[in-house]
Amino acid sequence: MNIIVCGSLVPDPLQTLEPITGPTGPALKNEMMLPSWLDPWAGHALYEASNLAAKNPGSKVYLVSLGPKAKLQQVMMTVAQKVPFELIALDGSAGGFTDAAETAAAIAEAISAIPGLDLNNTLIFGGWESASRGAGATMQIVGERLGITDQFEGVDSLEIQADGSLKIMERVEGGKHQISVCTAPPAVLGWATGNLPEPRNNPQVGMANMRGIMPSLQKAKPSPVTTGDIAFASVSLPSQTRTTQVVKDVPPDQIAAELVAWIRG
Amino acid sequence: MSSTDPAPTLQALPSDQLRALQWRFADRFDLTMLIQSVRPVARGPVARLVAAGGRNTHDWTHEKNALLAIYDESGITAAFLEPEFGGFIEGPKNLALALVAFELSWVDAGAATCSLASNLGVAPIHERGTPEQVAHYMPLVCPPHPGDARKPTRVAFALTEPIPFVGVETGLLGGKMRVASWEEDQEPMLHIDKRGRFITNMDFANVVTAAVDSADPRIKGSCIVILEKTDPGLWDSGVPTRKMVHQLSSTCDPVFNQTVPASRIVGGYTIKDGVIIPNYTHSEVIEAVFRRTRVTVGLMTSSKLLSAVEPIIRYQRSRFRGGETGAPGSPRFDLGLQTKQDVVHRLVDIWATGEAGAALGFETARLFDQLDPLDRQKDKIFAEKGLTGRSAMKAMTKIQQDAIECVDLRTQSTDTRDNDRLESLEADPLVQYAILDAQANVFCPACKLWNTGHGATIMREAISLMGGYGITEDCPGFLPHKWMDAQLEATYEGPEAVQRRQLSVTMTNSLFVKQFEVWINELKAINCETPGTGACAVASAMELWLWTVRHLQDATDANGAKLFNSNRHGITFPLADALCWLLASRQQILDVINLGVTGAQDPSVAEELPGTLAFFTDLCHVQAARAAGETARICGEVVFGYINPPGCSCCSSDQQTFLRTRSKIDGCLYGFGIAKDRAANALTTVMIPEALDYPM
Repeated sequence: MNIIVCGSLVPDPLQTLEPITGPTGPALKNEMMLPSWLDPWAGHALYEASNLAAKNPGSKVYLVSLGPKAKLQQVMMTVAQKVPFELIALDGSAGGFTDAAETAAAIAEAISAIPGLDLNNTLIFGGWESASRGAGATMQIVGERLGITDQFEGVDSLEIQADGSLKIMERVEGGKHQISVCTAPPAVLGWATGNLPEPRNNPQVGMANMRGIMPSLQKAKPSPVTTGDIAFASVSLPSQTRTTQVVKDVPPDQIAAELVAWIRG
Repeated sequence: MSSTDPAPTLQALPSDQLRALQWRFADRFDLTMLIQSVRPVARGPVARLVAAGGRNTHDWTHEKNALLAIYDESGITAAFLEPEFGGFIEGPKNLALALVAFELSWVDAGAATCSLASNLGVAPIHERGTPEQVAHYMPLVCPPHPGDARKPTRVAFALTEPIPFVGVETGLLGGKMRVASWEEDQEPMLHIDKRGRFITNMDFANVVTAAVDSADPRIKGSCIVILEKTDPGLWDSGVPTRKMVHQLSSTCDPVFNQTVPASRIVGGYTIKDGVIIPNYTHSEVIEAVFRRTRVTVGLMTSSKLLSAVEPIIRYQRSRFRGGETGAPGSPRFDLGLQTKQDVVHRLVDIWATGEAGAALGFETARLFDQLDPLDRQKDKIFAEKGLTGRSAMKAMTKIQQDAIECVDLRTQSTDTRDNDRLESLEADPLVQYAILDAQANVFCPACKLWNTGHGATIMREAISLMGGYGITEDCPGFLPHKWMDAQLEATYEGPEAVQRRQLSVTMTNSLFVKQFEVWINELKAINCETPGTGACAVASAMELWLWTVRHLQDATDANGAKLFNSNRHGITFPLADALCWLLASRQQILDVINLGVTGAQDPSVAEELPGTLAFFTDLCHVQAARAAGETARICGEVVFGYINPPGCSCCSSDQQTFLRTRSKIDGCLYGFGIAKDRAANALTTVMIPEALDYPM
């Protein structure tokens, strides 16, 4: 089985993220200078993919990443130490303002170009959201472009049953889950948080991954995704409201009572 | 860029990729990955433990002990090991370990010491162990893989010993070994009696490499011996040292009274006329081990200085926010203390010192990475030729002359020099070893001495910029801890006097001096090609230093006593200090020049390079002026300080030469103040993260 994880990078949330208008539309100030991480939603998908592959010998994990390749290289220095995978890099913008349809088209094209890939034995993973572009549509469009109509969003668990069918638990409203059974791959799964912790670092895995990642980055195909036809009227950060109280020596009962009152509204 | 574009200035704090280019490991993804492994450990569990008050006790607590498994899991423990024994970095690892120490010390240098002490413990086996010892112990040190129930072996290095009222002594050994039993055709059993003082890792170590001397006519000299916790006899980890620094490392005063087979002598032994002769004395093993480990200590302090920049900027900018004066949008609100020139000027000094120290430290680590394979080659060649002791020294004297010739030929025109001769010298590993060894013998003590000693002084400046906040537990960046730790770093692995003592010998090595002369010309060339770095001031100061050393080697004081004398520390030690200033500043300039070249070829830093390069150039200029000034002061003191006032008569011709040489330095200080102002202004506009990426 092939598991293809779609995921890219997002700026470190601790950085000062200041929207500006760049030559091609909205952007973040000093965006290329900011440290980046693997999008946490994609990270959950990747760790679930690796776990699934480990349980199903012969499986292979690919990570398809669309981002500036220089930044991708930096991010891979961390990600590569987590789990084994083969990187397929696309050199383009990973900014939060690109058009989901253009991004999905580039990713779908890259997946289609994987040599010898049997789509009928493939699961497409990704985050159901992104920490930078929360369009919530990218994975669906990727699936549609690949002709995969079995799609699941907000996935928290996937179990491959004895008959090969996929038992999938998706988040639905009200803090509940919907359980579905899909008879077989292919399928698209947009992961929520899953159930796995971040894997421990394994430098040996990192060294093995990097031997494939570096050539992949060198031959990364330019994918000039843009903001498409979207016009951004204004871009601003959410306003910050600080209502923190710094108090000391408050009894636990009083803290608990205040929390309960706050929860009850 | 058009003439109306503003001059490039620092936009954001330097990125990892820019640092990798600056410190010349951008082509090593194994090292980049190592940094990304260590950083989350430093800024995660280590920082949380410090923030939770883990440093408030010198006892080795459960929480501190839990860090060991985290070091194992992240790859920190295995970074020292060869791939065949579970490591993942090929080749010499000086730069790798320097980067580990740098990252951990960014948060807490005690954590770095804990990690590095494990390497130190096993280093005698790594450097001088027999093949059997290496094959046995190295895999044990490697952390177990998931599913492996084996507990990792933790090693401590027991060298220093308690001596009343002194502290520690490494030259003379109180630890003794005697023959416990020696059956015919059996391996001798040794009785080891060793008391240690300030031994790192003892709370959890189960193997110790201990330095002992013979107290038995059947054993010759000293050695390092391997002790295991399960060996028969007494293994007492001892009481914790009541230290006030580096509390995230374990330090105790252990006692060992055990019996071990003679095969535990590191490097093995031979038997001659019924006497056990260790193949390596304890001094020979120590020389191989400690030669490199001081570099990482130097970098620990430089890391602290650079780590202080972001918290200080944040403190300065937010100093008046929340007060009744200074509405949002006003300079008082946005810039806070940064509207005052003094605070940003002082921060420029802190940053410049950190950069210079890091440049010197990483250069020394890279130097040892180059030197290590040559060192082993030299040992092999000498062994094949049977060169030891005096004969080896004699051979090195000849090689040193060839090395000087090689350095000289490199500087000559390709059209006129003997290229065949140069080619043969460049291909000679012994010549290349001698060239690098002469550098390493200066750079290593220089970086240990200057980075830590001067670094501790500048760390005090960092504390002072935080006001009263700086000496509270709430100070972000753990700066008060770092200030205290810096003082330890100036002391352990050889206090400052030891480093100055070594420098006073190695800095006059003719091969080093030959290279020093070449470097002066290189800096002059840099000044012509890339003005603004302060290379002119450093080159002039290097000329003054060299003139002074040569002058003092022949000069006498007012009483006719020789001035440059190993016991006249008032002369040799200040000159060693001045040399450190110069080497650090020179290396800072070279790294920035290199960054300009390599950065221009790396698109990932294209956006930040112009501004950062301009800022770093200004920092070089600031540091160069300071280094040149210190050198001028020191040289003036030692040249004029030991002669009586000349009365109304003129200075001697030597003194006039000195004054002319010294005045060149003043002439090179043009623009230094402008550079400092510009760097200070950059600190008022640079973008910093919203919050520190580790707790406080």
